[in-house]
Amino acid sequence: MTQIDETPLPGVGTRLEFITHEGNRVGVIHHRSGRRELFLCHVEDPDAVALTLELDDDESRALAEALGASPVAESVSNLQQQVEGLAIDWLTVSEASPYEGASIGDTRARTRTGVSIVAVLRGTTTFPSPGPDFTLETHDVMVVVGTPDGISRLQGILTEG
Amino acid sequence: MDHGALLLLELGAVVFALGLIAKLSRRLAISPIPLYLLAGLAIGEGGLFPIVTSEGLIEFGAELGVIFLLLMLGLEYTADELVAGMKSVAPAGLLDLGLNFSPGFVAGLLLGWGLVPALFLGGVTYISSSGVIAKLVNDLGWAGNRETPVVLSILVFEDLAMAVILPVLGVLALGESPTTAVIAIGLALVAMAAALWFAYRHGDRLGAFVFDHSDEASLLTVFGLTLIVAGLAEGVNISAAVGAFLVGIGVSGVAAERAQSLLTPLKDLFAAEFFFFFGLSTNPREIPGVLLVAVVLGVVTAATKVFIGWWAAKRAGIGYEGRLRSGLSLIARGEFSIIIAGLAGGVAGAEELPALAAGYVLIMAIAGPLLARFAQTGSRHDVSAPA
Repeated sequence: MTQIDETPLPGVGTRLEFITHEGNRVGVIHHRSGRRELFLCHVEDPDAVALTLELDDDESRALAEALGASPVAESVSNLQQQVEGLAIDWLTVSEASPYEGASIGDTRARTRTGVSIVAVLRGTTTFPSPGPDFTLETHDVMVVVGTPDGISRLQGILTEG
Repeated sequence: MDHGALLLLELGAVVFALGLIAKLSRRLAISPIPLYLLAGLAIGEGGLFPIVTSEGLIEFGAELGVIFLLLMLGLEYTADELVAGMKSVAPAGLLDLGLNFSPGFVAGLLLGWGLVPALFLGGVTYISSSGVIAKLVNDLGWAGNRETPVVLSILVFEDLAMAVILPVLGVLALGESPTTAVIAIGLALVAMAAALWFAYRHGDRLGAFVFDHSDEASLLTVFGLTLIVAGLAEGVNISAAVGAFLVGIGVSGVAAERAQSLLTPLKDLFAAEFFFFFGLSTNPREIPGVLLVAVVLGVVTAATKVFIGWWAAKRAGIGYEGRLRSGLSLIARGEFSIIIAGLAGGVAGAEELPALAAGYVLIMAIAGPLLARFAQTGSRHDVSAPA
């Protein structure tokens, strides 16, 4: 994934930014007041903002969705920021996985690793909080939350059983 | 008409007029501070008509205004930001102090004011207005610019410098004997260092103690605590303003953010009264006499700020235009220059200071943002790579 740089703006808020493959500096300013600002810079003058757009909570979510990011993933990553030591990850069910076609309950992920499966992403569809009888298919991406250690053990279980 | 009715009418008229001024300043897109000052200068001593009945009340409001302004200054940055700011811009920050304090200090000596008033004038010319500059950065959409963190960290450094300058000036203003003054300054600096250390280590704990889920309880405890510490500070000759600043620094974390949003309306009200009162108690007829000095100081200290901004941005690898924006945005002086001039009330030799500070801030609070706008090179909308 593209590296996002975070810069504190004392008294203003935080700035997250990255450079696109065409060389435009793009970023979001999270104002302390909760206001969010999207900005773009000209390729030839990366120092100055050329265009800004103010977004409220709803609009930010709408834009993220329109861009193809999952709102589930976003709220999980918010959670991660609030709870120290909590990790999230995206685990793919590979073709070789013994759990392809099995239910989430069959993996006994929670019992064995303490990791929760908070959502399953299948193609463009999101299944938030899937139940134990939810059937996994090849190429499903599971959004999981737990300790970093538990997640790596679950990764092992998924590939080797 | 009885006294109570007159008091309400007069105070109401003043606050209402300040409200209209704030509205006008929004329309003109300039800081309201110089306009409040002008309104104060226009009436009262030496002005168009006097304010009699409510002057005492406005004066008390003005005292609260100083307390709120410094409490908010202390709250504005977290302890982590202060420490990070100190490390990242120490060279630029120190150069800023040297280059912008000296013109005022030297001018004070040349005017024959004596050492202490000259130190106050140095403080007036040193501190940029974080209020005016933050507004400028927002209005011009510069928060995303690459030079903006540089500008903001210089302001953070000035905030830290205030933690040293303010107690020293606060003690000097009281005109104690040298021994008492040295003890009081030492005490103030130790208290300031303790508050900074405490905020860095345990700021969240004080925040958790002072804060409650009820806005009402939070507001009353913070306000009460601030007044108590301000009173204690005043009692041991350190000045109430320093006490309020200490509380602001001591409370940090989430609590500080909430305190800011709760206290902002109160700060707006009392700070407006403070600027108005400063104008009110300054005789406008004295301004023409010091105007030339104010203009010369303005030109010199605008140039030194531009140099600092330019130099710091260059060190951060920012291009030519960004360096210019960085320099121009630092020119504005405002609330803290007035606070420092206000602290000097009663200092022997500083009789001309209020008029000079008022003239100087009127120039800088208006010229700074105007010059910065000048650097805004029109908005470009085509942001894609050239084909």
